[in-house]
Amino acid sequence: MGEAVSAQSGVAGPPPAAAALVELAAVRKHFGAVRALDGVSLAIRPGECLGLVGHNGAGKSTLVSLLNGGLEPTEGTIRFAGLEGPGAARRAGVRTVFQELSLCPNLTVAENLRIPDHDLAGPGWRRRARAAVRESLAQVFPGHRIDPDDTVADLTLAERQMAEIAIGFASGTIPARLVILDEPTSSLDAAIAEQLLAHIRRFCARGGAVIFISHLLGEVLSVASRIVVMRDGLITDERPAGAFTRQGLVAAMGHVGSVAVAAVRPGPQAASGEVTVETPEGIRARRGEVVGLAGLAGHGQAEALKRLYLGRVSGWQASRTPAAVFVAGDRVRDGLMPLWSVRRNLTLSRLVALARAGLVDRAAERSLAEDWRSRIGIRTADTADPILSLSGGNQQKVLFARALATDAPLVVMDDPMRGVDVGTKAEVHAMIRAEAGRGRTFLWYSTETEETCLCDRVFVFRNGRISAELTGAEITEERILEASFEMKEVRP
Amino acid sequence: MTLLSKPWIWAYLAAALTFVPTAMLSQGVGGAWELVLAALTFAAFSVLVGLGQMLVITMGPGNIDLSIPATMTLAGTLSLKYMDGAAGTGAAGLAVALAVGLACGAGNYLLIRLLRIPPIIATLAASFLYQSLAIWSNRGLRIKPPAWLADFATGAALGVPNVAVVAGLLAVLFWVLLERSVYGRWLSAIGQNQRAARLAGVPVDLVRMATYLISAVMAALCGFLLSCFSGGAALNMGAEYLLISIAVVVIGGSSIAGGNSNVPGIWGASLFLFLIVSMLNSYGLGAGVRLIMTGVIIIAIVAVASGSRRAS
Repeated sequence: MGEAVSAQSGVAGPPPAAAALVELAAVRKHFGAVRALDGVSLAIRPGECLGLVGHNGAGKSTLVSLLNGGLEPTEGTIRFAGLEGPGAARRAGVRTVFQELSLCPNLTVAENLRIPDHDLAGPGWRRRARAAVRESLAQVFPGHRIDPDDTVADLTLAERQMAEIAIGFASGTIPARLVILDEPTSSLDAAIAEQLLAHIRRFCARGGAVIFISHLLGEVLSVASRIVVMRDGLITDERPAGAFTRQGLVAAMGHVGSVAVAAVRPGPQAASGEVTVETPEGIRARRGEVVGLAGLAGHGQAEALKRLYLGRVSGWQASRTPAAVFVAGDRVRDGLMPLWSVRRNLTLSRLVALARAGLVDRAAERSLAEDWRSRIGIRTADTADPILSLSGGNQQKVLFARALATDAPLVVMDDPMRGVDVGTKAEVHAMIRAEAGRGRTFLWYSTETEETCLCDRVFVFRNGRISAELTGAEITEERILEASFEMKEVRP
Repeated sequence: MTLLSKPWIWAYLAAALTFVPTAMLSQGVGGAWELVLAALTFAAFSVLVGLGQMLVITMGPGNIDLSIPATMTLAGTLSLKYMDGAAGTGAAGLAVALAVGLACGAGNYLLIRLLRIPPIIATLAASFLYQSLAIWSNRGLRIKPPAWLADFATGAALGVPNVAVVAGLLAVLFWVLLERSVYGRWLSAIGQNQRAARLAGVPVDLVRMATYLISAVMAALCGFLLSCFSGGAALNMGAEYLLISIAVVVIGGSSIAGGNSNVPGIWGASLFLFLIVSMLNSYGLGAGVRLIMTGVIIIAIVAVASGSRRAS
């Protein structure tokens, strides 16, 4: 397709004299009939921060796997600092921080450095790994509370993401020259994300290169020197970051829905419904309300939600109409059934209502899955396909559909928009509004303040306690940030 | 989906491979048929315990029922003692055996749940208790089963051994349970990710309890039929079924990591385990060589089957 723009024409960035760290020439990657990448040419040079945007399933994750040597192209060539073939990516200093957090949970943070850095071996490697990780953590996230000897499984989601990022930037036997960050801020709150962006700028100024993938367009616009837009396996637009506006980017990604949908605020009718949720922490929600939990990540929001959910839904019985349903943000740990199809994953919470005499009515199951596939736009040819064949954002849609397909009056959402693109977010926001209008109550923890601002009522958490309750017009980014921090630490 | 991609096909191929050389040593078609009947009969007992163990193993790492032999012995002993060889007590005897199974399953689950002991320890510890109860109540007596029950257990309907018919019908029931029922879905969900299953509304505690109960009841039924078949309950009658119950699940192609089990493989693997012993027997190998060969062949089958699964 002629639309694909060659990277060689990139206007911004360092002088063309600098040799490319990675160079893709007319690369195609097909999985059976699926054309994940359909002819992509791209070069990344030292000192660049390349922003990569596109909808779920546009081919971003496939491109990442090719760039770090995880996949071989079906056609075309990839050269890493002039080298080709297996291991070239590693020798060229390409590191990846994955969207699906990929640290080994049973190892310590420092031990995990050995996975990207194979040559870190011999006596005393743990000591060297510890020093490298400690230094990197201090550089990227000053003031962090992670010990390199902490076991990864004991860290919160945000801390795991921070550790993985620090490992990506850590010095090793082969220094990191190109760090690929796939949705690095999806579990981080605004302050920590800002630390990361500042570090990326420093890293690039020193001659490193970064590929920054995010659905948070504000972050991409603020950190990238050049932005590449992908759509249906092709690069459809590519400009210096300064040449894009937020609206321009959304238009370039080409989503039919408008972002404005999200701005719909409820009428006042919600405030009059009966109180359906009241927790010891002080969370209160009425019928038909969308209630947000805000504050910095790891301040007790997720725990409060889990306690509430587990308190309402017994492990001893299941009913046609569960008292509550849960939408996981940490898909792998809390949501997905990896061996199953899209369909079985989608219908899991509604099984009792789908059954006759204890047996699953498979025709009803299929039509329920088909119905939600079109309603929420899950990109899969057949709902019988394995769930793991979907992109991360589409897997998340399946988990949404699993919850919304029930008749539960309370929907508990634990940061469910991680890795979901702008257009889908707007659609899901609209769907949440519509369901709330039918009398469902939503409890919604989000690390993105923009989303929290869509709620009817917001509880801000600090140190495991509620530090503020905001309603209606009080819900602004400033008020939320103010309540998230101790007063003496208010953001500069 | 071709036949070769089914995880259970290897168990049947292995059974066929061991059947042919064994049958060649026997006298003509009649001898081969005798071998089939013997295989069906003895495999049936392995199937009964294997089906229960399969459900437990489906729940994922750490879930295993080691109390199967003791439960078999206790159920066989108590039910035969209750019937005392009298006519007309068969149904009540079966009820006693199944009640023993329920009690043992409940005991296992209570240890796992209330004392939070890992299932492998809980069921092992409980099995000492059940075995001791069996020894205490048996006291060296060997009570014969009622005549008609002994006849039923050793007899055949339309040429097929009765115990094989029972195990066949139960296998169909378990297939429906695993593949078509809500319970089976929940079980597979727990085996893949228990935490996610709980958060998706699966009644995890209920399913786990039901599964340990079912496993113990199947062991009790097997113990009852086996003691009727062999003319009385012996204190060591369950011993070999501990390894068998696990081996038939693994050889049958069910995933030891949980979440992905199948019923046809249980029958294939049970037939194979009987046939391999009779093959080595009929070639006149000594006990030591026989055990080594059995171990080596089982390892080979599991390696071939899991290798082909990885490739697909």
